Amino acid sequence: MELFLQLVLSGIANGAIYACVALAIVMIYQAIHHLNFAQGEMAMFSTFIAWQLMQWGMPFWAAFPLTIILSFIGGVVIERVVIKPIENAPVLTHVVVFIALFTIINSMAGFIWDFTIKPFPTPFGTAPVLGGGLLSAHQAGMIAVTLIMLVMLFVFFRYTSTGLAMRAAAANPASARLVGIRVGWMTALGWGMASAIGSVAGMLIAPVVFLEPNMMLTILLYGFAGAVLGGLTSPGGAVLGGVIVGIVENLAGAYIPVVGAELKLPIALLLIIAVLVVKPSGLMGRRTVQRV
Amino acid sequence: MALNENIKFDGKLDGVIETSGAAVQEKRAVIGSAVTIIVLALAVALPFLVQGFVVFQLTMVMVYAIAIMGLNILTGFNGQFSLGHSAFFAIGAYTAAILMDKFGVSYVWTLPLAGIIAFGAGFLFGLPALRLEPIYLALATFALAVATPQFLKLTPLEHWTGGVQGIVIIKPDAPFGLPLSQDQWLYLFTLAVGFLLYIAARNIITSRTGRAIQAIRDNPIAARAMGVNLRLYKTLTFGVSAFYTGVAGALAAIVVQFVAPDSYTLVLAVAFLVGMVIGGVGWLPGSLLGGAFILFVPNIAEEFSKGLSGAVYGVILLLIIYIAPSGAGGLLLKTVEYFGKWRK
Amino acid sequence: MSALLEVHNLKAGYGPIEVLHGIDFRLPLGGVATLLGANGAGKTTTLRALCGMVRASGDIMFEGKPIGGRSTEDIARLGVAHVPEGRGTFTQLTVEENLKLGAISRSDKRAVAEDMERCFSYFPILKQRITQQAGLLSGGEQQMLAVARGLMLRPRMMLLDEPSFGLAPLIVRELFQILATINRAEKVSMLIVEQNASLALELADEAYLLETGNIVLSGSAKEISADESIRQSYLGY
Repeated sequence: MELFLQLVLSGIANGAIYACVALAIVMIYQAIHHLNFAQGEMAMFSTFIAWQLMQWGMPFWAAFPLTIILSFIGGVVIERVVIKPIENAPVLTHVVVFIALFTIINSMAGFIWDFTIKPFPTPFGTAPVLGGGLLSAHQAGMIAVTLIMLVMLFVFFRYTSTGLAMRAAAANPASARLVGIRVGWMTALGWGMASAIGSVAGMLIAPVVFLEPNMMLTILLYGFAGAVLGGLTSPGGAVLGGVIVGIVENLAGAYIPVVGAELKLPIALLLIIAVLVVKPSGLMGRRTVQRV
Repeated sequence: MALNENIKFDGKLDGVIETSGAAVQEKRAVIGSAVTIIVLALAVALPFLVQGFVVFQLTMVMVYAIAIMGLNILTGFNGQFSLGHSAFFAIGAYTAAILMDKFGVSYVWTLPLAGIIAFGAGFLFGLPALRLEPIYLALATFALAVATPQFLKLTPLEHWTGGVQGIVIIKPDAPFGLPLSQDQWLYLFTLAVGFLLYIAARNIITSRTGRAIQAIRDNPIAARAMGVNLRLYKTLTFGVSAFYTGVAGALAAIVVQFVAPDSYTLVLAVAFLVGMVIGGVGWLPGSLLGGAFILFVPNIAEEFSKGLSGAVYGVILLLIIYIAPSGAGGLLLKTVEYFGKWRK
Repeated sequence: MSALLEVHNLKAGYGPIEVLHGIDFRLPLGGVATLLGANGAGKTTTLRALCGMVRASGDIMFEGKPIGGRSTEDIARLGVAHVPEGRGTFTQLTVEENLKLGAISRSDKRAVAEDMERCFSYFPILKQRITQQAGLLSGGEQQMLAVARGLMLRPRMMLLDEPSFGLAPLIVRELFQILATINRAEKVSMLIVEQNASLALELADEAYLLETGNIVLSGSAKEISADESIRQSYLGY
């Protein structure tokens, strides 16, 4: 029973990471209706930029916002330069372009900063928040930042004109144009925001998993699984899904005998698929009904 | 929507070809056959004109082409997304390896057997997948691809799979004492198998079944309303798709003489996807171009720059996609259109 | 009467196929013109060409200025509201959000709130359904929402693509009466594409008949609907 509790709690702690990524994914999906797995690599690259800025002497609380701004600009530029040429192409073409982006960014990161693991500082200190090592300051900080981002994004999409315009542009670009929305720039804005959110996620995660070019892949997958589990339309669901994924990952690893460290990911994914077969729109997703 | 305004230009070529009249279609068929014969003649001559290693590479191009054809049947013609075809490839490869290594079965018979087992796996996977929306199906197939190498390394299965080290296979000689090297024979064998599978796929696609399969891709609700049994067709298509990729896997095992878990990772599944898009989604002959791309371009990228090979690969991929967003098939269609306009 | 919209030699098509073979028409300022025709004639293509949604060539002058070649969103911002075929509703968003989107390119926020009240006075049912998901509205309600969204732009010209499509006759009558009121009270000139000739001719000042990409008949709507031989041979009633 004690083991179970420990597994659950550490699962929640891991889950905070996945929740952060899942949130980014859901927000991105709301903005641009695409799932871009190169986003993880972009987040990793942003984190390396932050690291480099600090190597050059910049303090954390200066590097943090500067990295966010640079990531935003980078996201906009990538959308206008790389994605715009294929904006009318079929979905699979977009997927291949994301794949290309992935390999380019991953390769460049490895080339510039090599593949050795680097430690990344946490701004929250190391004092534990809950006794008995249940929750460290950094984990608490991660959860807090995630929730703040959640609220900010919710307000943005629900209550601002730009947020509404972005949602419309993502949902129905043709109709959005008819009401005068510059869909191209909305998409670019969406990418910029996604990139910025990703950079925050990366900078929060790096202290825990250490900085190296391949750090985001597994996390992105778990985050994606969490977002899907929660229902891609629900930010709250994303956070919930991320936490559940963290717990399931730990429990599966301990209680299912065949599962070693390597099979944890696919088992977790397959369990999530099982949930989706039963409840196709995710735990908290809205069942969107369409009149034919 | 008014009838003649409802023409799709999104890389699905079959719809456009069907809107032409019978005379034009016949002309296209004759040109198509002529091109096929020329290509085939060149293909048969090739292994005698180039060196052994290049013959091996060309054989692998055809193997990948067969695998990509399988994926095309599922995604291009039936609209079901799969990031997991490396799993069916692995199933075919290991089936062939185990049959040859543990049961002494001749390599020729391993192909249909590997195909059938892969078919079964695809069919079984397709059943629960029916309930999943496209994005979730992608996730499920993705999980399959990631799980496969780990599954192959499992200790309880080591007796059969050879664990991390895999299984080594003996390369077959040319039969009947023909004066061909092993590489040349395997090339011609693969060519024959590939061509037969291509013809079979063409026939399926242009048959009534094929139209039902494509109807499901284009408008599942309308298809159901017209009596197409979605469950049956979707799972069968999964099975057939897996059959093709499984046979390709078996061929790969024989040609490479070796199967090991880390040859069948997610990277391979992604490569198949890229190959399918480069060749043209929904255009069978494009599979050959796709196969050539995924075999040669990574090598080219590495020659350009060892440290940045991934970046070079990505850039090449992007450039090709910008020139041909719907793959080689789409480019061909645009060229045909352009010359059609010219002649007016 | 000066023309709000003047179109000369408009050609348009999809890919290699030309659908409009050089048509001329005009929309008088403050008036209603209707473009009639059967399925496949090119009516929807015409409206799409005016809004830059398909490739087109020829002269398109709106308020005396050429708009051919401009992007759809720029043309909308000039005061052209297009109520598309199929309504173009943002189905996942609420009725209120759909209406807000109609006005999203405008900068006069206070006037937007007034306009929304005016829309509710024309279409009371929308106020009842204001927080509902737009995709769940009936066909007639969605059509009203589409027109209301167009109105929220405070357009000077409204393009309507088969507003009667799929609607029960009584609802269509009601809708056309509202359109007539909007035309007079809001001073919105309208170009209506329709298959339902009789209703369109009642509303319109001028009419054009489109047949496989060519205008075969044009004139005042009153004269055309009064001429029995034309009605019978071209319009089928």
